[in-house]
Amino acid sequence: MKKDIILKAENVSKQYRLGQVGTGTLSHDLNRWWHQVRGKENPYLKIGDVNDRSTKGNSDYVWALQDINFEVERGEVLGIIGKNGAGKSTLLKILSKVTAPTTGSIKSRGRIASLLEVGTGFHSEMTGRENIYLNGAILGMTKKEITSKLDEIIEFSGCERYVDTPVKRYSSGMTVRLAFAVAAFLEPEILVVDEVLAVGDAEFQKKAIGKMQDISKGQGRTVLFVSHNMAAVKSLCTKGIVLEHGKVVFEGDQNESVDFYLKRSESRSEINLIDRKDRLGNGKLKVKSVELLNHNLQELNEVISGEMLIIKVTFVKYQEIDYRKMKVAINFQDENEGFILSFINDEMDYSFNNLENQDYFYLKIPNLYLRAANYSLRIMLSETDTHHNNFIDVIEKVIDVNVLPGDIWKTGIINRKGHSAIIPGEFI
Amino acid sequence: MNHNNVSNDWLFEITPKNKFFSLNLKEVWQYRDLLFLFVKRDVITVYKQTVLGPLWYLIQPLFTAITFTIIFNNVAGINTGTVPPFLFNLAGITIWNYFTACLNGTSDTFKANANIFGKVYFPRIITPLSVVISNLIKFGIQFLIFVVFYIFYYFQGVNLTLNFSLLFFPVLIAVMGILGLGLGMLISSMVTKYRDFSNLLGFGIQLLMYLSAVMYPMELIKDKLPKLGWLVEYNPLAYVIETSRYMLLNIGEISVLGLSYTFLFTVAIFFTGVLIFNKTEKSFIDTV
Repeated sequence: MKKDIILKAENVSKQYRLGQVGTGTLSHDLNRWWHQVRGKENPYLKIGDVNDRSTKGNSDYVWALQDINFEVERGEVLGIIGKNGAGKSTLLKILSKVTAPTTGSIKSRGRIASLLEVGTGFHSEMTGRENIYLNGAILGMTKKEITSKLDEIIEFSGCERYVDTPVKRYSSGMTVRLAFAVAAFLEPEILVVDEVLAVGDAEFQKKAIGKMQDISKGQGRTVLFVSHNMAAVKSLCTKGIVLEHGKVVFEGDQNESVDFYLKRSESRSEINLIDRKDRLGNGKLKVKSVELLNHNLQELNEVISGEMLIIKVTFVKYQEIDYRKMKVAINFQDENEGFILSFINDEMDYSFNNLENQDYFYLKIPNLYLRAANYSLRIMLSETDTHHNNFIDVIEKVIDVNVLPGDIWKTGIINRKGHSAIIPGEFI
Repeated sequence: MNHNNVSNDWLFEITPKNKFFSLNLKEVWQYRDLLFLFVKRDVITVYKQTVLGPLWYLIQPLFTAITFTIIFNNVAGINTGTVPPFLFNLAGITIWNYFTACLNGTSDTFKANANIFGKVYFPRIITPLSVVISNLIKFGIQFLIFVVFYIFYYFQGVNLTLNFSLLFFPVLIAVMGILGLGLGMLISSMVTKYRDFSNLLGFGIQLLMYLSAVMYPMELIKDKLPKLGWLVEYNPLAYVIETSRYMLLNIGEISVLGLSYTFLFTVAIFFTGVLIFNKTEKSFIDTV
């Protein structure tokens, strides 16, 4: 069967000029115009750096996107992921016709409506009802369409009581609810969504995600979804692409894409832990590296809350010890160095009995029940003789564990952020 | 949907540049509700939380007309013939105001709406169009006050006569609006990159008023300043104002040549405006 391609991006590139608009721009404009008059190519298209904000470039021009190619089939939900500055927003802007690509083109077989922000064009002096109409029309609905959905929109927003009050009297949460409600009833063939889900309270978020699922699964709408929220990408999308420095570095199903992203993101500068001087202990063993792995033992740099995390600790032996008596503690600490989680082998009735032959061990955490935040690991190796507990090697802040938001309770509601653990429990 | 000719049935294509000239009227028509809602928004929100509300629409032209009458007629002694100077000035100012409101309103289209334009697509021309239309409503209210004074002077026994050319007055207003729109779109496109133009516009409009026969008859400038008279004669706005006074107050003259020139000028400016506007709307968000 032939694939039903509804949207196709071909060699899309976007160049931006850095720095300020000033006299330099005028001379470049004149030069560009002069080339155009003589029928020559734009001279500034040949130059331009890869968009990496952290390194200092040689050129005033950068490529925010470079040769982006992808296809979307009808009914597919494409997740576009990448770290900040990878070009996601630029791509969305091009898709929603806010700005034009520098070269290349996007072809579409359906009307595109974009939701880069909720409540675009809301006027604070106008009432909720008036704003529903205005915002709806800005998003491309006709007055008739809005009128026919007005009751549903108002009900969905949960702002019935305030609908004839000027929006400036609304709380910010209510404004967002109203705005999202309008957007939720858009019926384009292709919907382009930026991270608008990250608004509102938990109840509303669930409603919003549910609505998104309806739109994509129930109504067979094509959705392009940009998010940092890996849990949402996993649950909503059917396909994913990963952007890095303006290029597509991965294309595949949503789970593979998320895995790829987690592996690639924030490529940590490999610090050899052996070189760290700020450590305690007798130094019989020294921790050389600590790696975060997923269930397939692939390296991770970020982990989703609630998913499996395997920590691999590799060490160098300077002196043989009795590994069976070795005590290992791995702690997750918050920014104030408070212990959030501790894994200590003797409590768990585990003793290391094969370390004579190998120089690493694993800690497997089947479900990392931590709220989204950045944690640091502390690792402590010690040996116990009859009287004392002697440190072998203790290092604080061995590695950062960046936990991304997840849905631990499996309720469709993304858990709040914060440095804390979540343990099983229920309200009865 | 027919999938057999998959390669060439695209609904639309997003490309680096627009076609040389694309005034997509079909798309504008699809968004007509938005146009209407923008107009409504502009009209109802301008004077919210003011005590005098829409009366502000009237206060400005009235006081300007009074000031002009004192300065230009009483002090400088400009002769307006049989027509009371106040009515003469009010007519000129009302029409001039429509032009400046259109020009001012449309000339910062891109800058003022960058937050909306940066988030969602709709035919950008809707915004300047809505400005021209909402200002037409404002003009209507201001014109009513002119009518009130006209009737007032008529019953005072002032010799006022209408003539049949009044039927073409709406055309003249349309020309004024289109001229304002065209120029505004032109300037708004240039302002996105070089803010210099918005500074230029501020005092440019003021200077232009003195060249547009707002507070004097065209005849007068030709008599008194024969050397600089061409400045007014080449100004299409002067013809619109002079002609509208002819229509409303039956003074001055209709210059067929001048009007034809004005029409041509308006059409040229409008199409240039649309052209430049189209070119700009594609990627102005990167530079604004």
